[in-house]
Amino acid sequence: MDPEIFDMPDADVAWCPGCGDFLILKSLKQALADLEINPLELVLVSGIGQAGKLPHYLKSNFYNGLHGRSLSPATAIKASNPQLVVIDVSGDGCMYGEGGNHFLHNIRRNPDITNLVHNNMVYGLTKGQASPTSQKDFKTPFQVEGVFEEPFNPLSVAIALGATFVARTFAGNTSQTTEIIKKAIKHRGYALVDIFQPCVTFNKFNTFQWFKDNTYQLDDSHDPTQIKLAFEKSLEGGDGKGKFPLGIFYIEQGKRTFEDNLPVYQEDKTPLFQRKVDKNKLKAFIESKRGM
Amino acid sequence: MSNLKLEDEACLVLCGEAGQGIQTVENIMIQALKKGGYHVFSTKEYMSRVRGGQNSTEIRVSSRRVKAYKEGIDILVALSPQAIDHLKERISSKTLIIGDEEILKDVDDRNYRLLKSPFISRAKQLGGIIFSNVIAAGTLACIMGVDKKIFDNIITLLFKSKGEEILKGDLKAGDVGYELGYKLMEKGITIKIEKDPKISNEILINGTEAVGLGCISGGCRFISSYPMTPSSPLQSFLASNASDFELIFEQAEDEIAAINMALGASYAGARAMTATSGSGYALMVEAVGLAGMIETPVVIYLAQRPGPAVGLPTRTAQEDLNLALYGCPGEFPRIIFAPGKFKDALELSHQAFNLADKYQIPVFILSDQYFADMYYNLPSLTIEDLEVENYLLETSQDYKRYQLTSDGISPRGVPGYGLGLVGVDSDEHDEEAHITEDLNMRTRMVDKRLKKLDDIKKEAIPGELFSTSSNGNFKNLILGWGSTYWPLKEALTLFDDHDIALLHIKQLYPLHPEVAEYIKKAERSVMFENNAQGQMANLIESETGLKIDKRVLKYNGMPFSVEEIYEVLENLEED
Repeated sequence: MDPEIFDMPDADVAWCPGCGDFLILKSLKQALADLEINPLELVLVSGIGQAGKLPHYLKSNFYNGLHGRSLSPATAIKASNPQLVVIDVSGDGCMYGEGGNHFLHNIRRNPDITNLVHNNMVYGLTKGQASPTSQKDFKTPFQVEGVFEEPFNPLSVAIALGATFVARTFAGNTSQTTEIIKKAIKHRGYALVDIFQPCVTFNKFNTFQWFKDNTYQLDDSHDPTQIKLAFEKSLEGGDGKGKFPLGIFYIEQGKRTFEDNLPVYQEDKTPLFQRKVDKNKLKAFIESKRGM
Repeated sequence: MSNLKLEDEACLVLCGEAGQGIQTVENIMIQALKKGGYHVFSTKEYMSRVRGGQNSTEIRVSSRRVKAYKEGIDILVALSPQAIDHLKERISSKTLIIGDEEILKDVDDRNYRLLKSPFISRAKQLGGIIFSNVIAAGTLACIMGVDKKIFDNIITLLFKSKGEEILKGDLKAGDVGYELGYKLMEKGITIKIEKDPKISNEILINGTEAVGLGCISGGCRFISSYPMTPSSPLQSFLASNASDFELIFEQAEDEIAAINMALGASYAGARAMTATSGSGYALMVEAVGLAGMIETPVVIYLAQRPGPAVGLPTRTAQEDLNLALYGCPGEFPRIIFAPGKFKDALELSHQAFNLADKYQIPVFILSDQYFADMYYNLPSLTIEDLEVENYLLETSQDYKRYQLTSDGISPRGVPGYGLGLVGVDSDEHDEEAHITEDLNMRTRMVDKRLKKLDDIKKEAIPGELFSTSSNGNFKNLILGWGSTYWPLKEALTLFDDHDIALLHIKQLYPLHPEVAEYIKKAERSVMFENNAQGQMANLIESETGLKIDKRVLKYNGMPFSVEEIYEVLENLEED
């Protein structure tokens, strides 16, 4: 399939020239085309922020909802119609800040969805404040003395909670990003792909070059089925902890998904919107309230 | 000291500490009494704690239909020493208090009519004080003349799942209860309430179940919610029926996730709802605005309790009308229902799903603790005429989710159904759901969303006018909404003044035009509400420009009783 099928030539793109979002968009389109996903069966779900606008630039069904809340509708869309391919596209502010609680609990649910998080370590849309993943000493108009909080480590959190697919890529490496997104989509269960991405306007510290200099590739010696190793790897990177690893940290195959656990699909796979109320059953239930 | 004579009706109250099984006794009693051929009504008041405190349940037993809370107690079964103090304002010289020697030992029998019965000592003989509640139930059932076989059947039905040992113990407790009951009757308790065998086959449900049945019949396929009294019973009802009626129930991590999940499900075409109470709803407000903006249907069951903040968690109120009506950024249409009787609860809940889908808006079912927890029997509850109206469209290639139309309703498609793509966006958007800052488009989209209100108003559900007069004329109009329906109706029936009519409003917003007509027709209008500011009266005044002459407001956490409404009616002329 040609990735152009997902193009939206008339879209009024709000991203800055040179933004890492363009690279992620390109990688995602390529992944979808490689997997031959029909746009009609694809739903992109997002919140608010520059990453949250991506669904407007890729031909698909989309649900661009509230800041930080995207995982809730994404989970429910997949649960209501498991035939759809559901991809949540968020930024670090949306997913790790405003939506932190949903991030935790959706990992526990393990819905069969893919969660792409554009992680540029800054708030772009609100013009340059710190994000949960901003590195220490990062100065902004709000954090005038520099960030002093510990950066949020999404990979460690996800692995600790038993997320079934945890990966990190760098937007600048489009072919690797495409390959990892493909694996994430094909993975049955919740798949987190944290994507390092430079913000060319508001983050003059974590630049394209900085990400190149401060990351390295996990090689074949890393066994992603070993949770302890994965956790150990997830602790690397940042403030005196060396470079950030890129690649697939952790995969657990075969864990039951949220949809697998729902009684509603045990015997019947029909999406919920196509089901009819069984009036006779309901009548019998009401009649049972007469008692024996 | 005893010699209690009750005719046609009895008001029984059981009171004890949390953990003593008052709820169990209520359940046994209402089932047994109804099976025995009596009309029953029950309501409970309880404290927000797992152990201790004082909880009570009122069970009215009658030869005519009873569906409202009364203050006056005929027989009080005290299972704790503090029960009498807890209920002292409802105990009169006529109230007979039954309790164990140990419970009543410090109660002055010059002030109260006491009757001692060894519930506790006999329970201990059976193996534990825990049996005293079933013994008390047996005693009451015996006094009320319920056939022992019926009682044993109920005990078996309720306890068989708990294992043979427990069932055997409770059946024995029932035997002891009956034995003690006969002894009490020898001391002079006579109860003459006519039984009707037809009643034994009637339906017995509570307000929560009536709403829940309406949700299922309305096609609800998805409920996500967070536990909060008094909405939890509905959550539990739908969770326990999720498998049978093919719906998804999910306990969300918080109320914010709950409603956002419901909206996701709805976007994918599953009829969806959430259930909560005041402060839980406050957390949902942002997403209610999202529902308005993305025009995605959702039904919100808002079971009220006294606030603000945590308030009185287990008690009743009608304080969240303003919150449901106004709570949200921006402007968009919504519908608010407030059922007062079970038939309405069923039908309005059903209709809530149809209307939410038809107009692509949030629809509220406003309930409260009193309504959610009360039980009464009724001859039938029919879903025959309740149809699920389908408003989903199979999309074509050129589908636009927010197509501008003359009535404001854009045909609604769902992803994966048809050849079109379905987008929704919380930003202001164009017809294809893409972000826009075209200010003309903004105005057109606001107008489109609000335009729907025209048709919503046209199909507003009228209130119910009730009067004891046959000619339909009245001087005084009393008004109420939601759960005050039965207490108002019973008080008015008892008062039997042809000059007074009751208007019960079940659709709070938008109002049916008849509301204004009735108020104009009346010389005086009197609104009864369980809040301190008269929220409904204010709404009517602002919507109609008419004045509500008097407001009767109660906000201590208890429902209006028949007696206190009666008293207001008595004094109407003198005000």
